[in-house]
Amino acid sequence: MYNRDQLREKANKAIDKTGAIGPDINLDEFDDAPVSHSYMADEDLCSMPEDEQKRLIMAGLDVTKKDRGGTYFQKDTEVIHCHTQQEGIEVIPIRKALEQYDWIRDYYWKLAAVDTDKYTAAAELGLHDGYVIRALPGSKSIYPIQACLYLDKDGLQQNVHNIIIAEEDSELHIITGCATSPHLKRGVHVGISEFYVKKNAKLTFTMIHNWAEEMMVRPRSVAQVEEGGLFLNNYICMKPVRSLQMYPTTHLVGKDAVARFYSIIVGSPGSEYDLGGRIFLKHPGNRAEIVARAISNGGKIIARGHLIGEVPDIKAHLECRGLLLNGGLIHAIPELEGRVDGVEMSHEAAVGKIAQEEIAYLMSRGLSEDEATSTIVRGFLSVDIPGLPPQLKAEIDRAIEESNKDVM
Amino acid sequence: MLLIEDLQVKLGDKEILKHIDLEIQPGETHILFGPNGSGKTSLLMAIMGYPQYEVVAGKIMFKGEDITRLPIDERARLGIGMSYQRPPTINGLKTRQMVQLCAGDEVDEVDLAKRVNFEEFLDRDVNAGFSGGEIKRSELLQLTAQAPDLMLFDEPESGVDMENISLVGKTIASLLQKDLSAVVTKTIMKTKLERKKMGLIITHTGFILDYVSADKGQVLYDGMLSCVSNPREILTCIGESGYKECLRCITETN
Ligand SMILES: Nc1ncnc2c1ncn2[C@@H]1O[C@H](COP(=O)(O)OP(=O)(O)OP(=O)(O)O)[C@@H](O)[C@H]1O
Ligand SMILES: [Mg+2]
Repeated sequence: MYNRDQLREKANKAIDKTGAIGPDINLDEFDDAPVSHSYMADEDLCSMPEDEQKRLIMAGLDVTKKDRGGTYFQKDTEVIHCHTQQEGIEVIPIRKALEQYDWIRDYYWKLAAVDTDKYTAAAELGLHDGYVIRALPGSKSIYPIQACLYLDKDGLQQNVHNIIIAEEDSELHIITGCATSPHLKRGVHVGISEFYVKKNAKLTFTMIHNWAEEMMVRPRSVAQVEEGGLFLNNYICMKPVRSLQMYPTTHLVGKDAVARFYSIIVGSPGSEYDLGGRIFLKHPGNRAEIVARAISNGGKIIARGHLIGEVPDIKAHLECRGLLLNGGLIHAIPELEGRVDGVEMSHEAAVGKIAQEEIAYLMSRGLSEDEATSTIVRGFLSVDIPGLPPQLKAEIDRAIEESNKDVM
Repeated sequence: MLLIEDLQVKLGDKEILKHIDLEIQPGETHILFGPNGSGKTSLLMAIMGYPQYEVVAGKIMFKGEDITRLPIDERARLGIGMSYQRPPTINGLKTRQMVQLCAGDEVDEVDLAKRVNFEEFLDRDVNAGFSGGEIKRSELLQLTAQAPDLMLFDEPESGVDMENISLVGKTIASLLQKDLSAVVTKTIMKTKLERKKMGLIITHTGFILDYVSADKGQVLYDGMLSCVSNPREILTCIGESGYKECLRCITETN
């Protein structure tokens, strides 16, 4: 059922179709011509300039590859490093996969629709590359696979398509980052991601975004979780970005399938974030949770969440807490949709500023006002994520700690 | 020494403390009685420096320094600490971390927690869902780590169960260097000389008096403090004739 021409044809029809939500981007203002970069061996990675390495680290990519099961590294339009050292895990650039493997056709554009909007269309018509990460049946990854999509060329439109497959009974951890080089000012990132979590598989996907002030970002993701599967999705974005809009959708398609989304967003002045997630609970025993922590320093954050319970005996919870530190706007839009009797769905949303009483309490224990404030902010951002390996937890804590320095 | 002279405090438009004189010498512990809503907590908050408790007249001196206008953290650094009646929850901050923050540097929080039977709460967020009695022990634990020279206790024993009350009572006594038993091993004179800590304890029940040898007691009524008297006698008096009557009888006998 895979027909690239048909896909192209559909994409062509959607080329001017604006996104359902979020500000429209004029893609004509950006250049999507390929930029060539040479492949980097391990030594080359480690000899990258220090400020670049630091930016990568903050997006979860460790060039030393210590404690990593594999690495995918794309710079602009080119794959510059791709390697796996973990048995049972495959990491393949998607263009290569499309050329060499038939099985990829069962996954490519099977969850996301190519004609969703101009961004999905652009990703098909002007595909640069992207990663396919696949955990073979029964394989358990100990160390996370790291993937990084890096933008170096100013004014670039990067079109990426990723496919993540956790086969039956496998366990796969991915930490993926997007970052821009220190000199890049503006650009567009279009990223399609399709997630397949098969029977009794466990996938944790931690995404850290580290953009530049004038970047426009349009991820488009859809996930499918089969019986007994678990999809844990963490998203962290604490750096400025001009406009970021995403609304990933997850379908729980087998009984006892579980999806949990956690996101931590800090909105800087001049930045606009419109994000959230939608989870369809379609089988008994399904569980879903969407938890968001948003801080605005003066930026605009729209935090959405939509849970749809289609059958009885499902449980879903939505939680959004926003903190206004320095003006700005946080708009929480939680939606619960129970379509039958016997669903258990709840939400809590709270937006406010730091309670003066909490600051005073800490000050009476000897902390200065600034110390008290940052202690409360750190606490606010520390979400307990059940099922996250301690190593990834440490990774997230580090990202938060790093960014927290800039927040205050 | 803590010295409060003719203190008047407003909360919003409300005159909450009308005229307060109070003196606590190093080594002394005072007990504060008074009906609900009489302003006891407000007095402690004003001493701690909460800005909403606006000082409209009078002054607060501590260790010879006028602290009337100092912010909370500077008062804390000078050596004032408080065990709250109703502290706020700090989400995401573990009690374990809080104890470290109170101590100001490395401290064995497990060891400290054992003293108030609180080890199992160290990994919970500060005050998140703590029961009334648990809050008291959490506050006491934080204060133990902070070890201030002047300790303000807002009803430290209310809500604490029968098993934990002696633990709480004894811990407070040892923090204030007021163990009733200490007298046995040392001469009374010597113990008194070594005592430096100051305490101000609010109580309704007076249970704390079974553990802490308090020096003086006062009743706060209608925003005013009564004269100083023996805390046990005040307690008996309140029990027999009520606050108002008791206030009168203390004032008359002094
Ligand atoms: N935010 C507020 N707004 C209005 N009135 C307040 C506020 N906070 C406290 N009060 C009032 O101030 C008065 C003194 O309160 P305070 O807490 O000091 O009493 P208290 O003596 O500690 O009482 P209790 O024994 O019940 O603890 C009370 O009448 C109380 O209702
Ligand atoms: Mg009170």
